Amino acid sequence: MNAAPLTTFDLTLVSLLVLALALVSLPLRLELAAQLVGAALRMTLQLLLIGFILKWLFGAAEPLWIALLAIFMLLSAGREIDRRQKRRFQGGWGFAIGTFSMFVSTFPLALFTLTLVIGNQPWYEPRYAVPLLGMLLGNAMNGVSLGFDRLLHNVWQQRQVVENRLMLGEDWFEALSEIRRESIRSGLMPTINAMTAAGIISLPGMMTGQILAGSPPLEAVKYQILIMLLIAAGSGFGTIIAVFLGGRRLFDGRQRLRLERLTLS
Amino acid sequence: MKITAMPRLLVTGLSYAHLGPFDFYLAAGKTVFLTGPSGGGKSLLLRALADLDPWSGEILLDGRPCAGFTAPEWRRRVALLPAESQWWHDRVGEHFQVCPSADQLAALGFAAGVETWAVNRLSSGEKQRLAMLRLLRHRPAVLLLDEPSANLDRENRERLEKFIGDYQHRQGAAILWVTHDQEQPHRVVGRVYHLENGFLQEVQSA
Repeated sequence: MNAAPLTTFDLTLVSLLVLALALVSLPLRLELAAQLVGAALRMTLQLLLIGFILKWLFGAAEPLWIALLAIFMLLSAGREIDRRQKRRFQGGWGFAIGTFSMFVSTFPLALFTLTLVIGNQPWYEPRYAVPLLGMLLGNAMNGVSLGFDRLLHNVWQQRQVVENRLMLGEDWFEALSEIRRESIRSGLMPTINAMTAAGIISLPGMMTGQILAGSPPLEAVKYQILIMLLIAAGSGFGTIIAVFLGGRRLFDGRQRLRLERLTLS
Repeated sequence: MKITAMPRLLVTGLSYAHLGPFDFYLAAGKTVFLTGPSGGGKSLLLRALADLDPWSGEILLDGRPCAGFTAPEWRRRVALLPAESQWWHDRVGEHFQVCPSADQLAALGFAAGVETWAVNRLSSGEKQRLAMLRLLRHRPAVLLLDEPSANLDRENRERLEKFIGDYQHRQGAAILWVTHDQEQPHRVVGRVYHLENGFLQEVQSA
């Protein structure tokens, strides 16, 4: 079974809705119009581009190209994490920590799923590998950037508390304990909420897409369960690692709080 | 009173935040007052001594260099009481690993049961006295006090001064005490250093 094909005209029609929203936002002075239209255009271009890349990649199935695409996706996600922080580390540390924690938390998971759970031949078949990694990275990116932002924001706001705890002889890890817990929680909340609401309040996007594209609902549901569990694990571990490493980077070798390592973006 | 020949805290060529180099010492069981205008670097000096800000030079505690301690160990031995204490849990007692004894509480004018009090209902003076009590939990050898009695009425100020004096006497602790109160050096015996325009001078000997 195949999906009813969408034409350029169909998509143009729908894009008018976003334009209308942008127009409405003008008199309301939301200062969102340019951002909204820009983001919609960017989304369209990026998705078209990845569509062409995937089409070509599915034909080629070269491990080298898949690996290059995976690395490109990872680095873009790392850059996005750094860009989303209100206060960010100087000298590329936000990018480095974000990229590292996403790599550690998503790549092994993707590998494990492709080889042992899905078990396709060859395991790197792009039809599975690329969307799976994309889902994992996208969600890990959200978790990591939320947790990271909360960490840097809270330490900035509560620097006197953190330093008072240091004065009382606590090490950096103890001095951050409440802040770290709260940061990790806020990074994980969207994932937990999405799992709670799945199927009752919302039909997750991936499953909806699959069903619209003609898959049997139960197959789509099984894949959705797989993806959601993977997403929870991937973004959870990623957030924990990023908040831990980011916290450490706020202190120097003598465990002094060094907030001058942050800059306002 | 315990008196030892070697200073508890020996500071040589200490530079921090464009100030210094300074040389001075704190003797066991003795108090040194630090005066000077606001913004002159008094609080920063205490922060450098507690190894909370980067500094250069040499700081020895009982002959052992700062680098010979881990940072948390050092701060437990050289304890800093900030001008404004912070309380991050809901109840007073959660900030103490071991609840203070009734004697200690009474010495600072608190009835038993203060550990169940909600932090957000404490007055600034109560916070200041409880922060003093909290500071002693690791039995520091050096106390760096940033205007510890600034928010206190006369009765509580005298209680606090006596409390600090008793601790100093028992432990042989060396104290560096930042004050704006002209009378304090007369009530509590000690040398006085003055920090102004980047110069640290001894203006009164004990």
